[in-house]
Amino acid sequence: MAHPYLPHTEADIRAMLERIGVKTLDDLYADVPELCRKKGAYALPDAMSEQEIRDCFAALEAMNARLKVFVGQGAYDHYTPSVIPYLTQRSEFITAYTPYQCEISQGTLRYIFEYQSMICELTGMDVANASMYDGPTAAAEAMMMCTASVRKKNRVLLSGTLLPHVLKVVETYARFHGVDLTVIPAEGGVTPLEAVKAELARDDVAGVIVPSINRYGIVEDHAGFAEAVHSVKALLVEYCDPSALAVVKTPGEWDADIAVGDGQPLGLPLSYGGPYVGFMAVKKDHMRKMPGRIVGQTADKQGRRAFVLTLQAREQHIKREKATSNICSNESLMALWVTIYLSLMGPEGLREVNRISADGAHYLHDELLKTGKFEEVFPGKPFLKEFVLKPKEDAAALQARLQKAGYLAALPTEEGYVSFCVTEKRTKEETDRLVAAVKEG
Amino acid sequence: MSKIIEGLKYSESHEWVKVDGNVAVIGVSDFAQKEMGDITYVDVPDVDDEVAAGEEFGALESVKAASDLISPVSGTVVAVNEELEDAPEKINEDAYASWIIKVEMSDPSELDELMDAAAYKAHIGE
Repeated sequence: MAHPYLPHTEADIRAMLERIGVKTLDDLYADVPELCRKKGAYALPDAMSEQEIRDCFAALEAMNARLKVFVGQGAYDHYTPSVIPYLTQRSEFITAYTPYQCEISQGTLRYIFEYQSMICELTGMDVANASMYDGPTAAAEAMMMCTASVRKKNRVLLSGTLLPHVLKVVETYARFHGVDLTVIPAEGGVTPLEAVKAELARDDVAGVIVPSINRYGIVEDHAGFAEAVHSVKALLVEYCDPSALAVVKTPGEWDADIAVGDGQPLGLPLSYGGPYVGFMAVKKDHMRKMPGRIVGQTADKQGRRAFVLTLQAREQHIKREKATSNICSNESLMALWVTIYLSLMGPEGLREVNRISADGAHYLHDELLKTGKFEEVFPGKPFLKEFVLKPKEDAAALQARLQKAGYLAALPTEEGYVSFCVTEKRTKEETDRLVAAVKEG
Repeated sequence: MSKIIEGLKYSESHEWVKVDGNVAVIGVSDFAQKEMGDITYVDVPDVDDEVAAGEEFGALESVKAASDLISPVSGTVVAVNEELEDAPEKINEDAYASWIIKVEMSDPSELDELMDAAAYKAHIGE
């Protein structure tokens, strides 16, 4: 055997090369230009035995700090019911590939259909796609959808209250798609409608992207936004925390055209940043311009309920360069994760998660203010599970000493505030201990 | 053999034009609908949108392809055939009875660039 981790023997490889009529493995790369080929050896350490690898990774894992999480900023430490990893790791799910062949993919298509239905119910929209890579790229796809839907207008307005990493990803996509972006600075911690209206008056705007709950944790009031945006035939995009949609106004209620966001708060573990899952749902009028896969329900020859990939003429393999997006996949396993989570929680369970999280966050907020070590930044503005305060000490120093005490908390923001978040996983005792650690500095 | 109607103007990209005063009624030819197969969706502009000769004004989607619609003339869209929104298959049933948009022409001399029925017949090789 050539190598314990590679399944093919030297004899296997020779037989395969002979069969297709080439002499060496390198001959398979003959079409790759000389200039692009790697010359010489790779700078990699020697191969390790199985036991050495286990020891190596165990040592790396032991270096992880096990902090109690009191921050969010787009990724939330909600509880994952243990039945979810158990079910998603079944081989029918974990090894399944894209369900092009509906005849043999009814299980996969069925759960994607259920996922889409649940996302529609949560967002109050008509049609959801089969999922996207993550929240920020879903927002970027929404931006491209705006310019594809609104003829001859190429400017998109972004609220400055969107999460910083969402802004960055959308800006990156915009640069390479030639979309003109304008960031509307926050006023009083929220997106100012008057500033949006002033930009809309220039009659060159294709879309406006605003957060339902923003980078300061504030639940924004979008009354009047849809009316203003629609009056110039532009599209309104709501960026949302889908977990919070159980208790705050939905994109449908705000009369938005597109809802996007990250599905991570729906029971996906933090996992050092991924894999997460993006979602997108739109009003029916816009489904032809929506990127990504869509699973539809139909009936087979015998009239039995069946599921298929539908509306594929929107997609790149048919529409080529005229397609809204080049996304040709979805984040299927994570969409399944979300589907199982939502099935377990139900509307009541999701409201309960929000109620406990909000109670904990408001308790922490008040206790932190009582320490005298913070100032309120946006007094009276409504928040759910996340908020910012202005620390009297240096923000980075505060975060560092809390980290030393075992907490991921007080994340410094660009504005010099620190951000806190409480989910249903944090107990009152943990919160009290965090407050005690804050006082000790 | 594809149906070709005498008295209409045709573009190389298979749109037909019926001239009605200063208004151009625009659809796609029978040859085009046959090539596309079952049409599932017609993407059209809004009334009052500007279109330009040689530029895309919408698209046809079928079960096997998506194809741009190219305007044979320049001007302002004065009507779109809303019937096609729910019944795009009407183009397959009768491509000449199913107009897509009507355009108030800004430069009727552009019509001279289009083919007559005989020239279009030769263009599609039938």
